Amino acid sequence: MIRINNFIIPLFSLIIFCLLWELLVWYNNWPNYKMASPSDLWPAFWKFKHLFLIYGWETFWRTVVGLILSVLVGLSLGILMGFSKTIRIGLYPILVGFNAIPKATVVPVIALIFVGMHNMNTIIIVILISFFPICVSISIGLSTLEREYEDILLSLGANKFEIFYKIALPKTLPEFFGALKVSTTLAFIGTNLMEIIEPHGKGLGHLFDSGKISADYPLMFAVLITLAVMGIFLYYIVVYLENIFAGWAIRK
Amino acid sequence: MHINIEKVSHQYETKQGMLPVLKDLSLSIKRKGFTAIVGPSGCGKSTITRLVSGLIKPTQGSIFISNKKITSPLSTVGMAFQNPVLLEWRNVIKNIILPLEIVSKNMTYNQKRSNALDLLKLVGLEEFENNLPSELSGGMKQRVSLCRSLVHSPEVLILDEPFAALDAFTKEDLWDVMHKLKKERDFTCILITHDLREAVYLADQVIVLSGRPASLQYDVKTNFNEEKKLSDLYSSEVSQLLATLRNQIEIAQNKND
Ligand SMILES: Nc1ncnc2c1ncn2[C@@H]1O[C@H](COP(=O)(O)OP(=O)(O)OP(=O)(O)O)[C@@H](O)[C@H]1O
Ligand SMILES: [Mg+2]
Repeated sequence: MIRINNFIIPLFSLIIFCLLWELLVWYNNWPNYKMASPSDLWPAFWKFKHLFLIYGWETFWRTVVGLILSVLVGLSLGILMGFSKTIRIGLYPILVGFNAIPKATVVPVIALIFVGMHNMNTIIIVILISFFPICVSISIGLSTLEREYEDILLSLGANKFEIFYKIALPKTLPEFFGALKVSTTLAFIGTNLMEIIEPHGKGLGHLFDSGKISADYPLMFAVLITLAVMGIFLYYIVVYLENIFAGWAIRK
Repeated sequence: MHINIEKVSHQYETKQGMLPVLKDLSLSIKRKGFTAIVGPSGCGKSTITRLVSGLIKPTQGSIFISNKKITSPLSTVGMAFQNPVLLEWRNVIKNIILPLEIVSKNMTYNQKRSNALDLLKLVGLEEFENNLPSELSGGMKQRVSLCRSLVHSPEVLILDEPFAALDAFTKEDLWDVMHKLKKERDFTCILITHDLREAVYLADQVIVLSGRPASLQYDVKTNFNEEKKLSDLYSSEVSQLLATLRNQIEIAQNKND
């Protein structure tokens, strides 16, 4: 029953959302260049279905690869900063500064450094944009471990590594997944930034751009909706993993 | 295992400079003894537990367990605290076997589990083997924590106010659980507490520490009965003892002011 509800309720709210949207456009009598309605979207999808498949896949795999790599980067930096106060103090200003730079300005820089390596450029931007929440959550989780938790193992002569993987790491998993959810949505922003800003792009960002050039507004909306759907899909994959690895922390 | 604390002084480095916590503290605890340590808040009781378990080294003096000087943590020590610090992602049985994963790495899982189950039965929680800590009450968590501190059959058990956060009835239940555990698994025990009745009921020796920097102020045997019962706590002999201890605590607190 709970499993069915978990599916039915979100679906229901989506349908209501689309109906309200349709109603809003219909009531105001907006033309589709001002605001496309859900009923305009399907024809747009259908007309470009091949492009949606190809570009959608490109955007998707680059986002996922970027996200996996940002988990690796975020985890490693977070672990270093969690265990060494010196490293934490040393790295924080750099990381915060880095995170404060608008990523749109980094895109041309990266594109110039690695000319033509489109996949790599995109993935780098994804990493830059999404490792930060993971890194911060892991370092805070590790550095705020209560002393007693360490003491029960230390008093038995356990080493640092045993404390890390038996206690510290599992204990920070809930925070990690919280951060990963944020990073997942950020990752799509990263992919599309690169795809839209860089000329001769690939992926859904490029499709969006060509919709703009040819003034095909329903197409632009269809791209946005596709991105939203992919975002939701990845998000639920993260939720699924969270249930497996950190299910103990979720209130039933 | 008898424990000797010999002329131990300890100080912590703080932002305001060195903070002396223990000063020339000497005391001895006999083999299989049960010693309660009481004293004003912040006088250094937890520091003693960390010293005896080898987690920190004294600035001066030494501590011996069975005439061997402690220089690093020993796997023959078990610890439990006021906060039960159970691992929320492990069920009860897996929480209890945690120490065995460190000190008895080549023991099979079934052996570990059966060791843990023996203890769970002693504390009356055998039905909760597969529950998560979040499904237990405070008293039950503390029982599990006690099982974990004993699962590797330590020869010294160090308890730092394990019952302090429990309500009066749960506390008395757990005192009896402690009696039972002590009888079944004969270990040497150090109990830090703020509760004088608890100290008198559980321990055979009660030590009152002076205010910080702490040293030994009062040391008394409490073998008023072979088998202690809760009702003994209301006898005149014990009331007398409690009054004396309360008086000693007051003296210790005044020194602190
Ligand atoms: N790691 C530390 N660094 C600096 N000072 C410390 C440290 N640990 C304890 N102290 C200080 O040493 C003193 C004694 O601490 P301790 O925890 O041993 O007291 P306690 O007797 O257990 O207190 P309580 O009864 O409140 O549990 C306190 O003033 C405390 O602030
Ligand atoms: Mg204390």
